[in-house]
Amino acid sequence: MTAPAEGIAALPVVRKQRNPVLQSEAARGLGLISPTFIYAVIFLVIPIVLVIANSFWTQNYLTIDRTFTLENYRIALTDPIYRDLLMRSLWISLLVSFFTVVLAYPIAFFISFHGGKHKGLWLFLITIPFWTSYLLRVMSWKVILGYNGVLNATLMGLGITNGPSDAFLYNTSAVVITLTHAWATFAVLPIFVSLEKIDRSLVEAATDLGDGPLRRFLRITLPLSAPGIISATLIVMIPTVGDFVTPRLVGGKDGVMIANAIQAQFGKAANWPLGAALSVTTMAVVTAMAASVVLVIRMAARRIR
Amino acid sequence: MPERSMIEISRVTRSYGAFKALDETSLTIREGEFFSLLGPSGCGKTTLLRMIAGFDTPTSGSISVDGQPMDGIPANRRPTNMVFQSYAIFPHLNVEQNVCYGLKRLRLGADEEKRRVEEALSQVSLTGLGKRGATELSGGQRQRVALARALVMRPKVLLLDEPLSALDKKLREQMQVELRRLQQAVGITFILVTHDQYEALAMSDRIAVMFGGKIAQVASPKEIYQRPVNCQVADFLGGMNFVKAEIVEENGASMILDTPGFGRVKTDKPAAFVRNGKGATLGIRPERLRVLWDDATDKYEVAGKVVDRHYFGEITHLVIEIPGFDKPLSVTETNNFGADDIPVGAPIRLAYDPDALVALAD
Amino acid sequence: MKTLRNFAPSWLKTYAFLYVIFLYLPVIFLPIFSVNTSATPKFPLSGFTFKWYGDLTRTPALTDAAWNSLLVGVSASLLSTIFGICAARAITRYRFPGRRTINGLLMAPLVLPEIIVAVSMLLVMLQLGLSLSLITVVFGHVLICIPYSLSVLTSGFEGFDRSLEEASSDLGESAFGTFRRVTLPMVSPAIISSLLVSFTISLDEFIMAFFLTGTEATLPVYIWGQLRFAAKLPGVLALGTLLLAGSIVLLTIAEIVRRRASNRTQNMGGIIA
Repeated sequence: MTAPAEGIAALPVVRKQRNPVLQSEAARGLGLISPTFIYAVIFLVIPIVLVIANSFWTQNYLTIDRTFTLENYRIALTDPIYRDLLMRSLWISLLVSFFTVVLAYPIAFFISFHGGKHKGLWLFLITIPFWTSYLLRVMSWKVILGYNGVLNATLMGLGITNGPSDAFLYNTSAVVITLTHAWATFAVLPIFVSLEKIDRSLVEAATDLGDGPLRRFLRITLPLSAPGIISATLIVMIPTVGDFVTPRLVGGKDGVMIANAIQAQFGKAANWPLGAALSVTTMAVVTAMAASVVLVIRMAARRIR
Repeated sequence: MPERSMIEISRVTRSYGAFKALDETSLTIREGEFFSLLGPSGCGKTTLLRMIAGFDTPTSGSISVDGQPMDGIPANRRPTNMVFQSYAIFPHLNVEQNVCYGLKRLRLGADEEKRRVEEALSQVSLTGLGKRGATELSGGQRQRVALARALVMRPKVLLLDEPLSALDKKLREQMQVELRRLQQAVGITFILVTHDQYEALAMSDRIAVMFGGKIAQVASPKEIYQRPVNCQVADFLGGMNFVKAEIVEENGASMILDTPGFGRVKTDKPAAFVRNGKGATLGIRPERLRVLWDDATDKYEVAGKVVDRHYFGEITHLVIEIPGFDKPLSVTETNNFGADDIPVGAPIRLAYDPDALVALAD
Repeated sequence: MKTLRNFAPSWLKTYAFLYVIFLYLPVIFLPIFSVNTSATPKFPLSGFTFKWYGDLTRTPALTDAAWNSLLVGVSASLLSTIFGICAARAITRYRFPGRRTINGLLMAPLVLPEIIVAVSMLLVMLQLGLSLSLITVVFGHVLICIPYSLSVLTSGFEGFDRSLEEASSDLGESAFGTFRRVTLPMVSPAIISSLLVSFTISLDEFIMAFFLTGTEATLPVYIWGQLRFAAKLPGVLALGTLLLAGSIVLLTIAEIVRRRASNRTQNMGGIIA
């Protein structure tokens, strides 16, 4: 290894010749994508930048005071209400992503390795609920878990309980169950894709070298599908933390999540800067959590030999 | 055959950044000839073909077709048509619709259109398959549709980009014969891009052999095979024994070389020959060496020992060590006389034709 | 080897069926209770009726919401498909600097918490002084439909062999003619499926609509408003059932169109390779 300074000095200065055709290909590509890109900049990038800016401002009734302040972040991070909400939201989204991924893996594995001719049909069956209204799905859980709901009726019908119980609805577990169901498909697809990419002869090679079904799954299939597990985790964990419909409908008092607080700040409470600071904090914290989970999965995948 | 030129390529260069796919290439292709661009992948043959078709533009230099300069003329207004390597059969159209795709723009009228489609289909022996869907065709049929679709336009030049590479060996050999026959029937200039030397030798009137963006040699198949200009061309076209030789005399178009085994040989001096000291290379194809059986003798012979033998069914390759040669010679013998039974280690004598010896630039 | 690969452990198959039941079971209660005579959703069922459906047609607020949803859905699916076509074509056809970054940005709404996207847009609208209306909802829906349109269209365009367009041009067709006669027929299934999918997304979307709409409600926003009133639940269940049925029909069509197209390109690929 040479010292970094030497390495840089030793690099020849290569100046790429400008090629008119390549240039025009790049220009055409950029030109074609620019309407969509500009749209995303206007309606996604600028708004998010503005939210970040807002989080450093203060609101006095209807006017916004644009002097820089960290007060909103102080409130967001130290006020016990918000701190508890944030911790609970993180905990819920961690649980939900764990359950969705664990439940989704076998089904993705089944479709990819044993789906046979009906692979497409299975995938379609799995994806349909994912396209349909999520509000409706949350609503149906309310119907199932409620005091007069399906679950209570079934349990009583089977003679397991004597009277209806209110223990199923309006708590954290109701939120976790509902969200795990709502995000199930999101986890199946990325895992399926990464399983599909695994060269089947690798599995055969492992068998040839003496591994049984369990060993070859743990040593070959599982580590090679780690990218799918990672993206499934991310795709479930990050959006889940920002859910406010589920907590509102089935969460009750101990199911409330940070998104409900954010919604309140942009609605009734009307404190946009605080709402913005809560949003930014939530994003930052969930990103940090997601990153550490990704690291853990990567390390685990590398450990298996 | 008329000697009128159909395509003039003059000093064409195509560079991608620092890489030159084609380097100052000039070439004339005659009207009505079956011309092949032969070379390994990345030699610039496809780039050249695509520039003639109008899918690529020279960085410098110019191309003209039938006397018309092609600068700035887009592919859809050139008198050339192409058979793509992937065939590019439109999957949403049937055979007939594919074939008359280009005719639709000419507004010939339904009758004339139908007549020309029928004619084109019969030229490629696809009569009766007009209604077949594009996805229901075999590889060979797809190739024929691609041909018919281009021929129906009556182009001045038909460009073929590795048209046979996707077919299996048997079908490929059959199509070689058919393509050649078709070209003679329609009389259109065909330009074939291929990396398969046998294909080029079997089909072409003339061949240009290309390496690294440059044309190494343009000549008839026989000349290219028998009188390659340098070792690279010789090697690409088939097996060749390379023998180190010493230049004794060099004058104008010919030279005299001395080798330890063949003695002094007078040969033509290749155009690309660049003298570098006293050394040179003398080449002879393995099939131009002949085993001398029993007491047979020849005016030109060398003696050695069999060191290896490879059986190939109708022929046998013998590897023969000859005292004084830096490398053993390869000999290809038909198996009529028992070349496959010659034991390794046996002494052997070979006859050679001095006319088959060629001097090669390195 | 063959037996080894085709050997599906029976527990895995059982699990797969249970999983599908888990996915669908909750949803099935919507139609069941929507035809139940009782006003509260509970077992045992009290009797069969279509009256909740009948009531729907007599609710003006609902028909307004349906009309709003239709308007928003059509506009959002058209716009997101147009934006998606530009982007998918650029990404599959050209190499240009920043290609991956831009693609990542366009897909981002898929993995961002929807509430954050929604409040960010809300903030911009309010601070720009734009009044909230169905138009702002369309803006929001286009943003979250683009990732779906883009992935459907990109996979549709990817199977498209570039030499087909070259062949068309070689046969004398102009750039516009090539687009009309070759490109469009080849990619139209992807376009149709993008339109259907983004329409469905928009139809069912709640959070963006909730934050970005003014006084006019879309169907999910209307449903949300009705959920407060226990007495309205059967009507909501009926409406939800209709919405669900509509979505499934649209998605099934989208899937059939997409699959037919991909069969075609796959066949081609199979023969070429």
